[in-house]
Amino acid sequence: MRAVWTVCRRECSAYFASPIAYIVIVIFLLVVGWFFFSTFFLLNQASLRAFFRMLPVVFAFVVPAVTMRQFAEEFHSGSCEILLTLPVRIPEIVLGKFLAGTIFVAALLVPTLAYPWLVAALGDLDPGPVIGGYLGALLLGAAFAAVGLFASALTKNQIVAFLTGSAICFGLCLVDQMAFFLPEAAARPLAYLAADVHFENIARGLIDTRDVLYFASLGFLALYGTVLVLEEKHG
Amino acid sequence: MIQVERLTKTFGAVPAVDGISFEVRRGEILGLLGPNGAGKTTTLRMLTGYLAPTSGRIRVGDYSIPEDLLEVKKITGYLPESAPLYPEMLVFDYLAFIAAARAIAPADRRRRIEQAAELCGIREVMHQPVAEISKGYKQRVGLAAVMLADPEILVLDEPTSGLDPNQIVEIREIIRRIGKAKTVIFSTHILSEAEATCDRVVIIHRGRIAADRPTAELKEALGGKSRLALLLEGADAEGVERVLAPVPGVERLSCGPPDEAGRISVAVAVAAGVDPRAEIYRRIRGTDWTILDFHLQAQSLEEVFRELTREE
Repeated sequence: MRAVWTVCRRECSAYFASPIAYIVIVIFLLVVGWFFFSTFFLLNQASLRAFFRMLPVVFAFVVPAVTMRQFAEEFHSGSCEILLTLPVRIPEIVLGKFLAGTIFVAALLVPTLAYPWLVAALGDLDPGPVIGGYLGALLLGAAFAAVGLFASALTKNQIVAFLTGSAICFGLCLVDQMAFFLPEAAARPLAYLAADVHFENIARGLIDTRDVLYFASLGFLALYGTVLVLEEKHG
Repeated sequence: MIQVERLTKTFGAVPAVDGISFEVRRGEILGLLGPNGAGKTTTLRMLTGYLAPTSGRIRVGDYSIPEDLLEVKKITGYLPESAPLYPEMLVFDYLAFIAAARAIAPADRRRRIEQAAELCGIREVMHQPVAEISKGYKQRVGLAAVMLADPEILVLDEPTSGLDPNQIVEIREIIRRIGKAKTVIFSTHILSEAEATCDRVVIIHRGRIAADRPTAELKEALGGKSRLALLLEGADAEGVERVLAPVPGVERLSCGPPDEAGRISVAVAVAAGVDPRAEIYRRIRGTDWTILDFHLQAQSLEEVFRELTREE
């Protein structure tokens, strides 16, 4: 477990040494800022609803952009040859990188805490949905970080990793809206796959084990897949 | 220390390494030699656990690959070709990361890093980003990282490729220094390098072993086939033939055309086990020629190598 932390620390410092991290942070804050302030000024509402509603789709693109380099860059530069011959287990490497991705997602969310603060200052803030919203955002971000990591382990091309990762994440956000034309029996299980539905449940302040379990299993599946992909080549 | 038995790795249908077997003894410096694409890197990658073998066995000390991979990794230090270090990290931070990943006790890390830095001569770049140091320094930082955990076995893939002559000499010097206490395997396609650094040479060609001999023995086997080079002034081809052909041990004479100054160069093929130099000198002293150059060309591994790896 010590190795997980070592890998994670290196990943975190690598994030903040690259300009991509800062570009992603700026784009993320601009986009979510626009969603927040458009309702704030245009509709004269001090509410976090629009912010949280758009978060899954925004994360579907932002999180894979954060994680795309994690393995792809190592394969490209060859540094994976050193990493994978250190006396560290592959699951430890994967977990370390996943943890770093999740920490970065959490760091993305920190500046947005200004919105609930603003809402609380101007009007009535219902703390339940806000706490739920941030908890859900963290779960969603972590699950997407695992998916992005998996995509990154498939290729040495960061662009391919980004496109694969966001295609999966975006697909998971849309699947419930695409299911309406299917028969009820098929639509129901398909809707369970929808990341945005589970996120909205939590963001309402309703923390249900089913929703938590959904993100946990999505994350686990993606991480397990990552380990398998790496062990296939380098076991 | 290391036993490799019928090791094979195929990529698709193409065998990159095709059933090679060799052994490395404790404390030995082994040179893995071969043209590009011979399977050197693939072999090293399997020895270090980066690639899983298609078939065959590798035993390292008391452990075998792949069963005890983690244990093998603990006692092995691997520096891949062109030292792919993390470019954005400072040299010190990189070494600290490797020290942590190799589970060196936190209290020992600083001391170990300083020792490795001293050994590899990288003190002056410790606080520079890896991306900004020269290739030679990068290679040395890679070596320092490998030496940090004091592994029993060092595996170095083309440690001198892409370096300038001064850097090559420095890296070889470090390898020799390290090699006194460790088992070292390194690959190269430069023969003089293997000759200068290794105790034993394994030549691979197209994934198979073409030769496996101690360096001294290889050189000895070639010693008999030496050649003399002469540069003479005032001589002519017929004269050279007449004077030198009867010397015992001279097998063949070939004279170049005279240059503007009337000098001719002569190559003398010498029979095995005979040294005709003294006699040649005495004969030439009896003429009115002037010797401008007279030396024995020891045949290098280069020629054997070419012979062994010539395309069929």
